[in-house]
Amino acid sequence: MLKNFVMPDLYPAAPELFLAAMACIILLVDALTGSTRRWLAPVLTMLTLIGCALITYATLDGMATLTFSNMFVDDPLSDFLKLLLYFAVITVLIYGRGYLAARNLDKAEYYLLLLFATLGMMVMISAYNFLTLYLGLELLSLSLYAMVAIDRDSSRATEAAMKYFVLGALASGLLLYGMSMIYGATGTLELGRVAQAVHEGVANRTILVFGLVFLVSGIAFKLGVVPFHMWIPDVYHGAPTAVTLLISSAPKLAAFAMVLRLLVSGLFGLVEHWQIMLMLMAVLSIGVGNLAAIAQTNIKRMLGYSAISHMGFMLLALMSGVVGAEIDPIALINAYSSALYYSVSYVLMSLGAFGMVLLLSRSGYEAESLEDFKGLNKRSPWFALVMAVLMFSMAGIPFFVGFFAKFSVLLAAVAAGHIVVVVLAVMFSLIGAFYYLRVVKLMYFDNPVDGAPIQAGFDMRLLMSLNGLAVAAFGLFPDALMMLCTETLVRSL
Amino acid sequence: MNSYLLSLAIWVPILGALPILALGSERRDAVRWLSLAVAVAGFLVTLPLYTGFDRAYVGMQFVELMPWIPRFNVQYFLGVDGISVLFILLNAFITVLVVLAGWEVIEEKIAQYMAAFLIMSGLMNGIFAALDAMLFYVFFEASLIPMYIIIGIWGGPNRVYAAFKFFLYTLLGSLLMLVSLLYLFLESGGSFNLLEWHQLRLALQPQVLVFIAFMVAFAVKVPMWPVHTWLPDAHVEAPTGGSVVLAAIMLKLGAYGFVRFSLPILPDASHYLAPMMIALSLIAVVYIGFVALVQADMKKLIAYSSISHMGFVTLGFFIFNQLGIEGALVQMISHGFISAAMFLCVGVMYDRMHSRQIADYGGVVNRMPKFAAFFMLFAMANSGLPATSGFVGEFMVILGAIKFNFWTGFAAAITLILGAAYTLWMYKRVVFGDVANDHVAELQDIGAREFLVLALLAAAVLAMGIYPFPFTDVMHASVDNLLKHVAVSKL
Repeated sequence: MLKNFVMPDLYPAAPELFLAAMACIILLVDALTGSTRRWLAPVLTMLTLIGCALITYATLDGMATLTFSNMFVDDPLSDFLKLLLYFAVITVLIYGRGYLAARNLDKAEYYLLLLFATLGMMVMISAYNFLTLYLGLELLSLSLYAMVAIDRDSSRATEAAMKYFVLGALASGLLLYGMSMIYGATGTLELGRVAQAVHEGVANRTILVFGLVFLVSGIAFKLGVVPFHMWIPDVYHGAPTAVTLLISSAPKLAAFAMVLRLLVSGLFGLVEHWQIMLMLMAVLSIGVGNLAAIAQTNIKRMLGYSAISHMGFMLLALMSGVVGAEIDPIALINAYSSALYYSVSYVLMSLGAFGMVLLLSRSGYEAESLEDFKGLNKRSPWFALVMAVLMFSMAGIPFFVGFFAKFSVLLAAVAAGHIVVVVLAVMFSLIGAFYYLRVVKLMYFDNPVDGAPIQAGFDMRLLMSLNGLAVAAFGLFPDALMMLCTETLVRSL
Repeated sequence: MNSYLLSLAIWVPILGALPILALGSERRDAVRWLSLAVAVAGFLVTLPLYTGFDRAYVGMQFVELMPWIPRFNVQYFLGVDGISVLFILLNAFITVLVVLAGWEVIEEKIAQYMAAFLIMSGLMNGIFAALDAMLFYVFFEASLIPMYIIIGIWGGPNRVYAAFKFFLYTLLGSLLMLVSLLYLFLESGGSFNLLEWHQLRLALQPQVLVFIAFMVAFAVKVPMWPVHTWLPDAHVEAPTGGSVVLAAIMLKLGAYGFVRFSLPILPDASHYLAPMMIALSLIAVVYIGFVALVQADMKKLIAYSSISHMGFVTLGFFIFNQLGIEGALVQMISHGFISAAMFLCVGVMYDRMHSRQIADYGGVVNRMPKFAAFFMLFAMANSGLPATSGFVGEFMVILGAIKFNFWTGFAAAITLILGAAYTLWMYKRVVFGDVANDHVAELQDIGAREFLVLALLAAAVLAMGIYPFPFTDVMHASVDNLLKHVAVSKL
């Protein structure tokens, strides 16, 4: 039977459409102007992101709207995450500009890939269907593979891209396989209907749980948590630092949205199964990440392992939503909002930390070894202070945002009765404190090996300073951000 | 009754440190005078806390209550009682001395040095004033950062090891405490208010577990045997000012934690585990006293003597009588003066000779008579001579211990012999005798600045030794109340 085509409501997807259109325009502009106007691409990219932010802000309505035959959702969570996403990508753009220009990598392709990756993340954040989710994820991943390899003459970057691609493809395969099993069991790809089917108990439980295992494995790959973390250190290390900055920040927000949509919106009926999986992965990630980071001499690898442990903490919150058979909505909100708060705080800190690595690099010189931070306090007391704030924050020492992120996660986990897990987690973060302290030690206690002044543009210095101040300010007054995360989730779940 | 005095005591030094940092280390004189001004201002704002203190009132005074993190019901809740008020004064007083002591000695990055001490002083005032458990914890952990920096930048040759050991050891304890704080938050139905926690009913088993977690945090800080090993390292490597603050104030944080958290929140566990605490305290008093006897490094000797004296404090808390607890508090204040003075004396010699080894000295009195006189007074106070502050606290605790159990008191009293032995023997080897070598022969006696610092401390030590009433009077009502509270079971 033929059906009439119904024009979907495009309004909720306005930022995505704007971004896609602008990406095509930038592609054309670059093709037409060639290499004569290289400043055009970054400026247009920046304007595009600002435009997206304005559109998202203007269309804030605090309600959930489904469109494109229920494949796409526009709710407070997606708006909140998208606004943070634009902010993170703009920061990536500003931090990375000087670094890329010095290495002759600031071609229009980079900016286009950045925009497409952003589009992928936006689609992931707003996905309400397994296929949309997968579409967004692949758009993000493929853009990232190419960006890692953008310095095509670097064998290390190429190797990293290859490894990222192969493992990423495997993870996508796992994810798809899991989705197909769940489709087989429930007969639908739409998250809401999957949830309903699972809830009603009509679906075959065995197949569902099998599918869930594959789904969780795929998610774990993308989040980079143990035991699916092997790509993280190599990719973080091999990619140009400006790209590492992107990989380590914005996609964590999209991945959070993916976890929340898949596991909470879709498969909440299987919560007792996935909570156990997340618990194992959380403890292992916090342990392995912190232990392995100690042995690193390269700061990008070190921050890579630290990212693994931070994602473990995020999972710790996600696995604390439900205790026993009773579902307590307050506990649920507490757990998931602390996971969101943790992700947001982590992105803020990660942007700052990799930003510092970029700040210290200059043409022909990568400041990626830990040794390069030696004596920073003598070279630039202000930026040494900023980095120290970031490191103490990552280690979870008050008064910085990282402490309150850990605090809210641990509180949720203790409330769920996981005292043993919490004690393990804090003991591993004690071990973790060591390598963050080592960075502070290098900056403050040692003498500089090279006294060259820091070469960075004014915009970068300003943003870097603001980044450090934000980490401190959100630590002194943590309530606003916590409340924002909580309210967003209350209105979206 | 809303007052801003406690906020001032916390934030004047911290905010005052910011312009000092901004000045930069190039303008040394400006940095020094500004630091002194901030430290003195920080001390002056604490004075009304003493003069305006109502000695008959048992509750919290100078209370400030504001929401800080409403999401988790964390409050900016400050207040002092007779137990905590003196420590804020002590802390502000010691900060002034530390600024004076670092006047000429610190040449490298003086702005950061002064700022670190001022920020730490503010944070530690926050610890003593906080009545919200989270606020307490936040100040407690944040105070690690400046100390870590102080030891690491201006410390001795092995400073990096000492700084890490200090930080990680303390963090170990405080992380376990964090978990118990979260547990208590949930048990109390979502409150971090310490005064509410004091009324919280808990079964014995959770009480014991929480007590142990608190004990790890506070015992590391005190430090009690066997988790004391970070202290000698930290003291030896820290610059003089760092050692002074560490011994005079930071060690008190752990002991203060026992009276503010463990005793009133967990009275049954406190009684249940008191024999263990008393045993650990006595080991610290006696065994560490012997360890101090054999030290060749003056700072290490004083560090071990600190551990031994702090053993008295924990002993006093866990014998549960008025004399014991008041004696322990007096001992804490007095040790704040004496240990600060002892470290400053070693600092005076170290600045001239760049050695802390006892063997490198001898006959210092011949070259530095004024200094030797001060040093003599402080050494006597350290060994508990009557008419010095060291005597009062020790005597009260020993009396209390004998009331509790004769042999406990007897073991504690051994310290009077040991303390005299290690302190005076060191004094004899360093100060008396003939001039030992050419370096000693070239020593210059103390200047006006050093004289002022030592004279202030000497006045405090003597005043407290001869007429301790102004100190004990303040704490009397609060200690009485604490004891009544601890005697009631919460099971």
